[in-house]
Amino acid sequence: MNQKTVLPEKKGEKTKKAGADFLMEALRNHKVEVIFGYPGGAVLPIYDKLYDAGIPHILCRHEQGSIHAAEGYARITGKPGVVIATSGPGATNIVTGLADAMIDSIPLVVFTGQVATSVIGTDAFQEADILGITTPITKHNYQVRTASDIPRIVKEAFYIAASGRPGPVLIDIPKDVAVLEGEADENPELYLPGYQPKIQPNYLQIRKLVEAVSGAKRPVILAGAGVLHAKASESLIAYAEQQGIPVVNTLLGLGGFPADHRLFIGMAGMHGEYAANMALSECDLLISVGARFDDRLTGNLKHFATKATVAHIDIDPAEIGKNVPTKIPVVGDAKEALSQLVEQNGKKAESDEWLDQISKWKAEYPLWYNTESDNLKPQRVIELLHEYTKGDAVVVTDVGQHQMWAAQYYTFNKPHAWVTSGGLGTMGFCVPAAIGAQIAEPEKTVIAVVGDAGFQMTSQELAVIAEMKLPIKIIIVNNQALGMVRQWQELFYQERYSHSLFPVQPSFVKLADAYDIKAFQASTEEEAKTVLQKAFALNEPVLLDLRVEPGENVYPMIAPGKGLHEMEGVKP
Amino acid sequence: MKGIITLTVLNRPGVLNRITNLFSKRSYNIESITVGHSEQEDISRITVVVQAEDEKDIEQITKQLNKQVDILKVSDITGQSIVARELALIKVAVNPQTRAEIYSLIEPFRASVIDVSKDNLTIQITGESEKIEAFIELLKPYGIKELARTGTTAFLRGMQRSSQTNKVVSIL
Ligand SMILES: Cc1ncc(C[n+]2csc(CCOP(=O)(O)OP(=O)(O)O)c2C)c(N)n1
Repeated sequence: MNQKTVLPEKKGEKTKKAGADFLMEALRNHKVEVIFGYPGGAVLPIYDKLYDAGIPHILCRHEQGSIHAAEGYARITGKPGVVIATSGPGATNIVTGLADAMIDSIPLVVFTGQVATSVIGTDAFQEADILGITTPITKHNYQVRTASDIPRIVKEAFYIAASGRPGPVLIDIPKDVAVLEGEADENPELYLPGYQPKIQPNYLQIRKLVEAVSGAKRPVILAGAGVLHAKASESLIAYAEQQGIPVVNTLLGLGGFPADHRLFIGMAGMHGEYAANMALSECDLLISVGARFDDRLTGNLKHFATKATVAHIDIDPAEIGKNVPTKIPVVGDAKEALSQLVEQNGKKAESDEWLDQISKWKAEYPLWYNTESDNLKPQRVIELLHEYTKGDAVVVTDVGQHQMWAAQYYTFNKPHAWVTSGGLGTMGFCVPAAIGAQIAEPEKTVIAVVGDAGFQMTSQELAVIAEMKLPIKIIIVNNQALGMVRQWQELFYQERYSHSLFPVQPSFVKLADAYDIKAFQASTEEEAKTVLQKAFALNEPVLLDLRVEPGENVYPMIAPGKGLHEMEGVKP
Repeated sequence: MKGIITLTVLNRPGVLNRITNLFSKRSYNIESITVGHSEQEDISRITVVVQAEDEKDIEQITKQLNKQVDILKVSDITGQSIVARELALIKVAVNPQTRAEIYSLIEPFRASVIDVSKDNLTIQITGESEKIEAFIELLKPYGIKELARTGTTAFLRGMQRSSQTNKVVSIL
């Protein structure tokens, strides 16, 4: 995938090219390894250049697939995922992916075609005001007005997408702009006076935090995805070990701190572990690192960390104090902040009693599930996945019960091995995101854990998996229902299962077969073991339709409106 | 509460949309918004008067605005020492009996009559919003036929020139 880059010798030297040629050159300059896209009228001039540009392009079967694949790629690599879609319906098909990337801070650079400048605003064929539509769900967006602006705008877009708090940037390119020639410096100076992400934390705040730790008795670190974005896992481990502070993860932060570490408590939140939620409820010092206090994490805010002094390390100043009053704000890059904290080598908290208390909670109320029935238990499926992959796979999930079970039972010891749609909770995310993840990590085992409902939202991408022979293991946790919806209806709507049970389902095995993908079904633990062994022995894509206990619920849980200390369904 | 936020922004397409979006996303009501050129080429100045719950809301919106790439500077000048002005055009009904009375109101408010017809007077007034409101109240009994207000535009008093300084993060 190495491209030779033909940067102009001297800065300020101008070249003359068609817009689409500037674009190809800019993509090469930014070392784009792969594009996820789908052609159409408005991007034909761009696709014509892509024909022999030598930049790998993956044709997902739906633009939603393209953008989720790009997200999967970006989540693993930390590099911006690149997407191209045509104007109108192509562009509107990526809206969900943009919103998903925005809320989970995933770097993307997305190109959309647009109708020609002369007809913009006339409701021309396949015109959509994609700038207007995507303004609230992009970190920034542009419409290119002349070909000569392309090198500058693309350079800005890659920088904005990946720096500071990452996010999606959209560039709308009218068809004529791609065709017409312009003159431009292909390596322009970056000039963004209004965009200066703050990387270096303030020393005084760091000192305040050091002092708060030395006076604390019950400190806890809440580590979110910011740790992963900043590639700060090692610094986090060093800091937690130096200060003896236990760590909980958010859903998106899993892997940022090793699950098998003695200081790890578990995932917190609605379906988090009892010990983790109790630690957040009872702590006297809460140090949040790159987490944004989402309501699924905090439960009822009135009861959240009421005894704690809150310190918040975040690269985005707007996150600090947004949901939880914060005493010690540390604006900056998580890795920088954590390394400076380690350097300070402050006096440790006196936390021995606290650590004992946490161990007791962990021992007394571990995750658990009922093993009495003969049906295959979904939690057991995840445990088996962990076992057969030695905990070393990249796990990609969809949204629903299976997602929570994967988060609970596939203990993550390493960073960048967990891809899930957290903030938006986008069903249909899994299969395409797994494609992106496998492309990012060709040597690794990638498992796609998906519900039978979510799978049907983007199953067309099996074609890409087959075509590229991506050895993804697709695990359908098949409870023949919109499981998470069914669970809520059972618990909070008097078992009135309104439109959440499937009267008809396709044969997933036959469907896979239609794409020439090997597939097996299993309904008991023994069968599951057999098919999992088969699947992991094959170096090719495999789909497993695992028929699990249909009425199984995700526990423990915090009912809506309740506080973290009010978990239900903990181990009796 | 009412907050006043001033912004200096790059004059790029879509920037106003991004700004108003942030307010509507958090369902804060924009009471008025004024936009115009600043002393620097390509840089516009915007004044937003916003209805919000409390100071925390205004701080949050200020921070969200600060994140926008095309916004150079955001200042929350609520409750600070500022110069704030608004302009209103008021078309009021007149007849021979009321004409003199209305004219007698205009002078103390330093308003001016900018159009006269048989049945109407159009009056221009500038000042702080409260003054304009008081004036409107006084004219109401005569019959206001049309009213147009520009909304407040404002900056800090004194020597500071704020549009050239870089972004400031409110928590440091
Ligand atoms: C696009 C989209 N539509 C609807 C929902 C609401 N929703 C959340 S979980 C869920 C059920 C998912 O069922 P399935 O994919 O079978 O997974 P399970 O919960 O059974 O593991 C639904 C409908 C959603 N998250 N995303």
